[in-house]
Amino acid sequence: MSQQKKIYGVMAEFEEAGELLVAAHKAREAGFTRLDAYSPLPIEGLSEAVGFESTRLPLIVLIGGIVGAIGGFALQYYIHVIEYPQNIGGRPFNSWPSFVPITFETTVLCAALAAVLGMLALNGLPSPYHPVFNAPRFKLASRHRFFLCIKARDPKFDLEETKEFLLGLEPHEVCEIED
Amino acid sequence: MTSHELLEPKLNRARAIALVLGGIALALCAAGAMANPTQFYRSYLFGYLYWISVALGCLAIVMLHHLVGGGWGFVIRRLLESGSRTILLLAILFVPLILGMSRLYSWTQPHVHAEESSFAKVYLNPTFFLARVAIYFGVWLLLSFFLNKWSAQQDRTGDPAMLRKMGALSGPGILIYALTVTFAAVDWVLSLEPHWFSTIYGLLFIIIQALAAMSFVVVVVMLLSDTVQLYHSPGQLNDLGSLLFTLVMLWAYMSFAQYLIIWSGNLQEEIPWYAKRTAGGWAYLAVTLMVFHFAVPFTLLLLRSVKRRVKVLAAVASLLLVMSVADLYWLVVPAFGQSGPRPHWMDITAIAGIGGLWIAAFLSQLKRQPLLPLHDPRFEGVLANAE
Repeated sequence: MSQQKKIYGVMAEFEEAGELLVAAHKAREAGFTRLDAYSPLPIEGLSEAVGFESTRLPLIVLIGGIVGAIGGFALQYYIHVIEYPQNIGGRPFNSWPSFVPITFETTVLCAALAAVLGMLALNGLPSPYHPVFNAPRFKLASRHRFFLCIKARDPKFDLEETKEFLLGLEPHEVCEIED
Repeated sequence: MTSHELLEPKLNRARAIALVLGGIALALCAAGAMANPTQFYRSYLFGYLYWISVALGCLAIVMLHHLVGGGWGFVIRRLLESGSRTILLLAILFVPLILGMSRLYSWTQPHVHAEESSFAKVYLNPTFFLARVAIYFGVWLLLSFFLNKWSAQQDRTGDPAMLRKMGALSGPGILIYALTVTFAAVDWVLSLEPHWFSTIYGLLFIIIQALAAMSFVVVVVMLLSDTVQLYHSPGQLNDLGSLLFTLVMLWAYMSFAQYLIIWSGNLQEEIPWYAKRTAGGWAYLAVTLMVFHFAVPFTLLLLRSVKRRVKVLAAVASLLLVMSVADLYWLVVPAFGQSGPRPHWMDITAIAGIGGLWIAAFLSQLKRQPLLPLHDPRFEGVLANAE
């Protein structure tokens, strides 16, 4: 262990949303790939600027929906055709038109559950500990300050050089984050 | 606007083509009307219903946008307003239907009423029918007149009072629209089969109109995009795609709800409507509608990559345009006792002829104003966000 403390990354604090957007673009141009931005409000184009690409969440939701549709229909088919067939006004046991509303509901239910649970899983939530909160002023990220973090996992990461680079972007402050 | 000057010859040429083709088609219809008047009136009713759906749908979406706002509306507001200014033309084009009333609607014959309830006798008679036609067109013309007048005034003066006026009219306006369209749908289409009724019918027609108008304007946005780009961010295009998606779902919901209720009720007087529309070749058309009016556009419009590309989105909208025509054909034509979907040549010339005139009128209206609203504070906010 050459280092006493393990470093998670370097964090720069900005006062304006525009500065954060510019900084994120510059960091990407400088070749950094593992970076993340924190902002109290949504900023148009920021996710593209930090190199965010589409997630697998839509696929998870689609699978949830398909499972819900098949499951909902199968449940009704099983009840009305196999387990407890009843003659209702002379209709066929497999009276699919009347199965459609329930099938629709279970589709929406399962797709919505897949969306919420899938989102939590892909984000690694719930997460009782996250190193970014070691940054002393990080709580301002939910108020009026904008943060850009370059992570130590980045192949281009070097503690001193990265700090220099971030200072070059003229932030309010730069700090190291312990892991 | 320099792009407006570029656009001018393009619009003029399109209008000339529409007028010539529409004129030829209508001339063929007139010739057909001599030989086979009953078929002519049937074809004309079908064609007319389609184009009035587009025009009234434009009016409805304008009012919707005045009520709820949103960046998507400014992109297409001028197109919708131009569409809503064609209602006068459609009022004139209604005349042949008055002439053909006795051939189209069985209730015009006195003997049909013998076994009917007294309400049907009072409601379905030629005098009251014509009075209602006058009321519908009066209401629609007034709504479109004031909304367009105030919108033009807003453009010239930037007076924010106009915005409030348009919003204040749109609230009651959209209710009145829903009521008049419900009654018009009952009068013009449902009463072709006077023994059958459905309480969801009016709503179904409202959705058909909104969908016809929405897919029409999306196609126009694409056709104009070579010369003028009406949208400022892919997000606005995405919103138009999402609205199409909503309307596709609502169409499926209304169509299926009506079917499910009648299927569950299993009543002798209701079933023949569906029996007719699923007998013989009509079943194939019904399945085609389920697949291409719902399943395919539904799946495509789920994808962001479809909604954010104008050419791809317009391709889906074109599919929906064609399917709206097929849907109306499936709703209207089986009422005439035809045993399968075999379009008569006049079905095609009537919809093309009315369409030619309508598109020419639409383009004439479109040229009269800049293609995007000016001096609308809400729109300026949208532009500022897009930059």
